[in-house]
Amino acid sequence: MATVQSKQVSARIGGFFFVLPSILAIAIFVYGMIAYTFNVSLTNRNSASVKDIKHVGFKNYTELFADERFIHALGNLLKFTGVFLVGTLLSGFIMALLLEKGVAGEGLFRSFYLYPMAISFIAMGTVWRWLLNSSRDGDAGGLNLVLQKIGLGFLQNDWYLSPRGAMFAMAVPAIWQMSGYVMALFLAGFRGIPDDLREAARVDGASEFKIYRHVLFPQLSPTFLTVLIILGHISMKVFDLIIGISGKSYVTDVLAVYMWQVTFDITNFAKGASIAMIILFLVAIVVIPYLSHVNKTEREN
Amino acid sequence: MRKSSYRVAAGLAVIALLAAGCSSDKAAEDTAATEETVAADPQLEIFTWWSSGGEALGLAGMESVFKTNNADTEYVNASIAGGAGVNAKAVLTSRLEANDPPDSFQAHAGMELDGYVKSGKLEDLTDLYKSEGWDTIFPADLIKTLTVDGKIYSVPVNIHRANVLWWNPATATKAGITAAPATLDEFFADLEKFKKAGITGLALAGNGDWAIAHLMDYILLASLGSDSYEGLFKGTTSWTGPEVAAALKNFQKALSYGNKGAGNLDWPDAGKLVTSGKAGFFIMGDWASAQWQSEGLVLGTDYTWAPAPGTVGVYQWLSDSFTLPIGAKHRNAGLAWLKVCGSKEGQDAFNPKKGSISARTDSDPSVYDDYLKAAMEMWKTDRLVGSTVHGVNGNNALMAAYNTAVGKYFSGGFKDNAGLAKDLDAAYMAGQA
Repeated sequence: MATVQSKQVSARIGGFFFVLPSILAIAIFVYGMIAYTFNVSLTNRNSASVKDIKHVGFKNYTELFADERFIHALGNLLKFTGVFLVGTLLSGFIMALLLEKGVAGEGLFRSFYLYPMAISFIAMGTVWRWLLNSSRDGDAGGLNLVLQKIGLGFLQNDWYLSPRGAMFAMAVPAIWQMSGYVMALFLAGFRGIPDDLREAARVDGASEFKIYRHVLFPQLSPTFLTVLIILGHISMKVFDLIIGISGKSYVTDVLAVYMWQVTFDITNFAKGASIAMIILFLVAIVVIPYLSHVNKTEREN
Repeated sequence: MRKSSYRVAAGLAVIALLAAGCSSDKAAEDTAATEETVAADPQLEIFTWWSSGGEALGLAGMESVFKTNNADTEYVNASIAGGAGVNAKAVLTSRLEANDPPDSFQAHAGMELDGYVKSGKLEDLTDLYKSEGWDTIFPADLIKTLTVDGKIYSVPVNIHRANVLWWNPATATKAGITAAPATLDEFFADLEKFKKAGITGLALAGNGDWAIAHLMDYILLASLGSDSYEGLFKGTTSWTGPEVAAALKNFQKALSYGNKGAGNLDWPDAGKLVTSGKAGFFIMGDWASAQWQSEGLVLGTDYTWAPAPGTVGVYQWLSDSFTLPIGAKHRNAGLAWLKVCGSKEGQDAFNPKKGSISARTDSDPSVYDDYLKAAMEMWKTDRLVGSTVHGVNGNNALMAAYNTAVGKYFSGGFKDNAGLAKDLDAAYMAGQA
């Protein structure tokens, strides 16, 4: 008995030392940096105009919420997130549903849909910048030209240059890229449901629709949540896609781009740090409930 | 157990190394800052984002002049290969914040340096100007603009002109335009002629907002005149007054002759509209000429130029310059580099390739092309006014807000003139904070 216990203890200590380097690294380079950034955000550190750095409380934050461009960027980000989440979930889910039945050449389709994920946002942004060209009719290129050729010319539009629809257009490439990944997750979810359940439902006389509606879909809700979290935090941090497509244009401004500009172009570090903290906060709203949920279910198991 | 202790040891070693690295860097800086070494420095580290085309060729020209004069010093260009100015600027900012500056770095001359000056990052170069005779060889207007509280912090290597009108002679003939418009009224009359001929009047590039702001900056200058325009940045001309309102009306009118889908285009794309005959006029800095020549186009036949209408006799300039950061590890090498930057030899090696003129009034015209030769003459006699979008009149905060205001106005369909005036006023205030 005693030897078993001491073995367990030594294993635990060994385990602790095993993870210590990564704990230290994370403590310094993640949490330490967060604390540092937060501290900077409470000062007036601004290389463009200030020599004596001192703490100013939450002044930067209150100023941000009075800053019209910040509000504009925040609004854009929320619009983008909404369209991106709904679009990606829908298209990914539908693709998974279609493949779930086991069509011929499923493997081919799967990799086909997944490939966009392999492209970096910045490279994709460059290509989509051409595709989303707003010229029409005679001068049209990209998607507008495609729409013309297939007889849907009336659908030609300004894409990301339209002040209202800009973020909808911006979400298109993001949806295109991520929906294959979402499909794969949902497909795995479907495959994780034992066939016995379907059999049992069929024996009970349920229609195919009812089997999906009442037997399969409810079991996918953990997958659904996972997908939502993954997409949500990607969306809140979006930077390279926007830079790749429209540079630092006002019309498609989002928080990360504004943060970059405030920090490196204007060298107002305190304000940049405040925007960074707000982005972190937005991501945290999405991720923390999920993490605590996962922790709880793991403990229950 | 064994494995884990290795890991710990390795982790601790890494941290120790990092700590050691930081502290030794600091020590090195301290000695460099205080010691005045007489011997030649072993190395010169400069930081620029000129990495391709004429810019890189021009820089190579200056590099070879430097190497001839300083054979014992190794020349290191620390710029990030492949990275545009955007990326390089972020790296530079981080290094300056960490008190690890290069020996000299590139920045626009004028108020763009304001932040570096206020935060105490740059050495005063006034004595260098005196010992090299630059205070008399650079135009007096330029020296006046470069001087902040009696001190000068950078050495301009070139001068670009922002207020230039470009067009394709064949397109102009098609529209029945025979002479360059000299005033804004003639400009608008010609734009109307292009429109009647079924040609887009004005080529616009909206991607990133700055090229539209560049156009507005010129129209403000043309409408207000040099003194009132300069007053905008000194607080003596009101941004929300009737003068600016009239200027913004001109701006609005000019935009209405622009190409569709301008927001997708960078300036070289808009330039192509002009050279390929799809658009009439183009307001852009004289780097457009260098770009087109690199595409094989010929000045005079494929494209031609005039001072932008309403600003004849006014040279709206911008300038790339080099600085001497405080705490540079090789201060003497940095000084030697600046001497090359300001010299006739260095500037005449750099500028013909970059497509700009020398800031000096005594450079050799024979190595420059016809446009640049004409520009050199005007540089000596014209009234000199700085460009806002390119860093002369306002600091980075002002510039960013200036571009944002224009981007907002333009993407909103250029309707809200009063809103633009208000945003521009706020941009000016942002620069004063």
